[in-house]
Amino acid sequence: MATVPKNRFKQDEARRNADHVSFLKHKKYRYLWIALLLSVVSGLGYALIDQEPRPNGGSWYGYTLGTIGLLLIVWLSLLGIRKRKISAGAWSLKAWTSAHVYLGLALIVVGTLHTGFQIGWNVHTLAYVLMLIVIITGIYGVIVYATLPAALSSNRTEMTRAQMLEALTALDRQLESAAQPLDRQQSDLVIAALQQDVFYGGALARITGAYPGCKTTRALKQIGAGAGPAERVHTLLTKRAEQLGQIRRHLRIRALLEVWLFIHIPATIALLAALLAHVVSVFYYW
Amino acid sequence: MAFLIRTIDYTASGREIIRDRTVELAELNIGRASENDIHLPDLAVEQRHVRISDAGGGMLKIEAVGGLEFGVDGRSTMAADVDPNIGTELSLGSSRLAISREGDGPVQIVIKQVEKDEGAGDALQNFALASALPSKRAMAWTFSLAILILLLSVPVFTHLTRTPVENDPENITKGQVMFDATWSTGELSMAHHDLEENCEACHVTPFVSVQDETCLTCHEELGEHAKMPRLAKGMAPLSTGDSIQWSIAQTLGKEGPLGCVSCHSEHEGPVKLEASDEKFCADCHNDLDTRLTDVAFGNASDFGKKHPQFRPQFFTAHFDKNPKRVSLDNNPKEMSGLIFPHDIHVSKSGGAARMAISLPQYGAPLECSDCHAEEEDGIGFAPVEMEDSCEACHSLVFDKAGPNFRTLRHGDVDDLMADLATMGRGSRSAIVTGRDRPGQFARGGTYYSNFGRPMSAYISINRALEPTGVCGECHIPTMKNGRRDLTPVNLPDRFLMRGFFSHKAHGDDVAECADCHETDTSKEATDLLIPDMESCRDCHLGETAVKTQEIVPSSCAMCHGYHTPTMPWRPEDHPELPGNGGSNSVAAILNSLRR
Repeated sequence: MATVPKNRFKQDEARRNADHVSFLKHKKYRYLWIALLLSVVSGLGYALIDQEPRPNGGSWYGYTLGTIGLLLIVWLSLLGIRKRKISAGAWSLKAWTSAHVYLGLALIVVGTLHTGFQIGWNVHTLAYVLMLIVIITGIYGVIVYATLPAALSSNRTEMTRAQMLEALTALDRQLESAAQPLDRQQSDLVIAALQQDVFYGGALARITGAYPGCKTTRALKQIGAGAGPAERVHTLLTKRAEQLGQIRRHLRIRALLEVWLFIHIPATIALLAALLAHVVSVFYYW
Repeated sequence: MAFLIRTIDYTASGREIIRDRTVELAELNIGRASENDIHLPDLAVEQRHVRISDAGGGMLKIEAVGGLEFGVDGRSTMAADVDPNIGTELSLGSSRLAISREGDGPVQIVIKQVEKDEGAGDALQNFALASALPSKRAMAWTFSLAILILLLSVPVFTHLTRTPVENDPENITKGQVMFDATWSTGELSMAHHDLEENCEACHVTPFVSVQDETCLTCHEELGEHAKMPRLAKGMAPLSTGDSIQWSIAQTLGKEGPLGCVSCHSEHEGPVKLEASDEKFCADCHNDLDTRLTDVAFGNASDFGKKHPQFRPQFFTAHFDKNPKRVSLDNNPKEMSGLIFPHDIHVSKSGGAARMAISLPQYGAPLECSDCHAEEEDGIGFAPVEMEDSCEACHSLVFDKAGPNFRTLRHGDVDDLMADLATMGRGSRSAIVTGRDRPGQFARGGTYYSNFGRPMSAYISINRALEPTGVCGECHIPTMKNGRRDLTPVNLPDRFLMRGFFSHKAHGDDVAECADCHETDTSKEATDLLIPDMESCRDCHLGETAVKTQEIVPSSCAMCHGYHTPTMPWRPEDHPELPGNGGSNSVAAILNSLRR
């Protein structure tokens, strides 16, 4: 039999807080403070501990920072596994994400100090650069996650993605019949517009929002706003272009929201490989 | 208002059935109920769903009657004004109502049923960026496999399968291990630059740190500071932190604090070997006698504050076979076997000066450099040669044979005796007057000889070896086996053997010889003119001293080498290597700035 907690309000309040506080502000920025502490302690240690002949990843302090960095990187990359395992409690996904973001930022300090500012064309710097790429794309990710969903929502104008496609299909059906009286050349323009894939254009087109090969725009330019059937087709093509515009704005925001993951994730896995090569090579050629 | 309502249905075989009807109505109702003007038997449609009426100006007003929206050109709405001449499409459930009008004709409504689009869900996938980019997983695999193969497996495999070759600095075997240059943490020092692509020369065994024996395969000529057990005993005790570190490092196979690499760290960029700082030496030498009780030398930690008096090495007694080290504090006397008052020779006036002025090879009072010539290394001086430096004044001419002068051979008393024995030319009264030998055999001729008893020759030899004789000018006469002889000359080439002093660095612009060597007041050759530590301290103080116009902060390495105590380290096969001092290459300067 389920037990009824004595203080439902307190429990519910805690849950409300957990539900509605951003992962960035989780537990009053607990992990931000931890990350700051880690960074400051690492920096102070670097400044105050005299390493002979110079600061270096191979000094005892260098090994210490390297070990902290390695453990952090491995743990941070486990977010990909953790987020697929739904659980609650102290190690909630929100806590985990909060720690992921802030400790990931602290890794810039720990990792950079571990290098001792000695960089070169080698596997060690490769690992460092990959780490920076992962962190920078992560920072980008946090920023776009915080800002772009509002734009995505306002672009929708209460339409689902399916409705956007449906609207385009509706316009296409009308265009098909409205274009019947047109001559060959104009008909071909309409056919080209109708046949072009809604999702035409690569990743770059999606991100920039520039579709220079758009057949609808082309048809719209060539079929002027004349009288009679051409006028109807022109109006429908304008509507089609607007509908495409909405879809493409959606694609653009979506792409900007997602593109960092296409660097963040492969670079993370490459970083784990580079770290393995880094650690093994250092001790292999000790 | 007239409406032309056209319904298009399909038979099971796919044939189109078109039904047209024209109605004249003020407003048109559409819904599921049968009393509607357009009846759509679809549960997704309300009983009375939409009403179409005239909005004036050729426009149609379309509004939802119930609470459910309807679609206009794909957008859900409760009401819309549309121009039938442009056309629009209403969607209600699975029905699509295309509304149009040709000119002033009736409003045409074409009703079609659409199939539920099974592929719609798949189309939605296209909204994700993943549809336009290679998969993250594929990219991750590609990059990480490339790294693991090229930057890890290839170097490890080629290192393990190579045939080890003996290190030979003259003939470096490169390229045995592939891609291991990517493992280098930084450029090697300038001395080891040639080994840049020969990692395995030092990194011989996997997971074993660079060993001293590997260093010694090339550096076999390097002197030891002391034997390893003595070094270990003399070493200052490690701090707790250091001893923990070293115990960990030694557990993992490092050589320990006395191994080569504990001082000579590599991969720090193209720098020259830098001299160790004062602390490096002072760590052990500050209180070395507490650990090594048998050392002959004193403790030292800072040249200005704690350094034992110099102990030059020279001969302290005539006839000694070996020189001795004596502290300058003990007011030592050098027994070189020579008589030489420096003061007379370096005086700007007096007999020696007048003599030198009169001689074309000097033309001026004597300078130190007239007798003392610096060696190439800038540290020692060439031995003074009597023939070059003294004989111009202290002539050894003893006879004249025709137009030629005969000179005594210098350096060996036996030679002297042999030379003088030939001098049978003392004046002797002629036995027969008025007669003489002819030509060159006559008195004064080249072949003249006195065939009488060699009395005068013996007298000359005895005189020469007397204190007032020609030898006695500079040498101390003595008796050997009952025969007159001279005290052997014992002049060391170098006095300070445990450090190096560069006269070059103290060139004319820094100091005159007499600033340090008190030649002008030295009346005896027994005066040891090696300057003591106090006179060095006029300018040289320890590393931590403040640099001024006069004071030169001086670390131990200015005069002492760790591996080569007597000389700066200049191996024969690296003549360009400086023993100490900074490098002037841009890389080295940048590196020193970074430190």
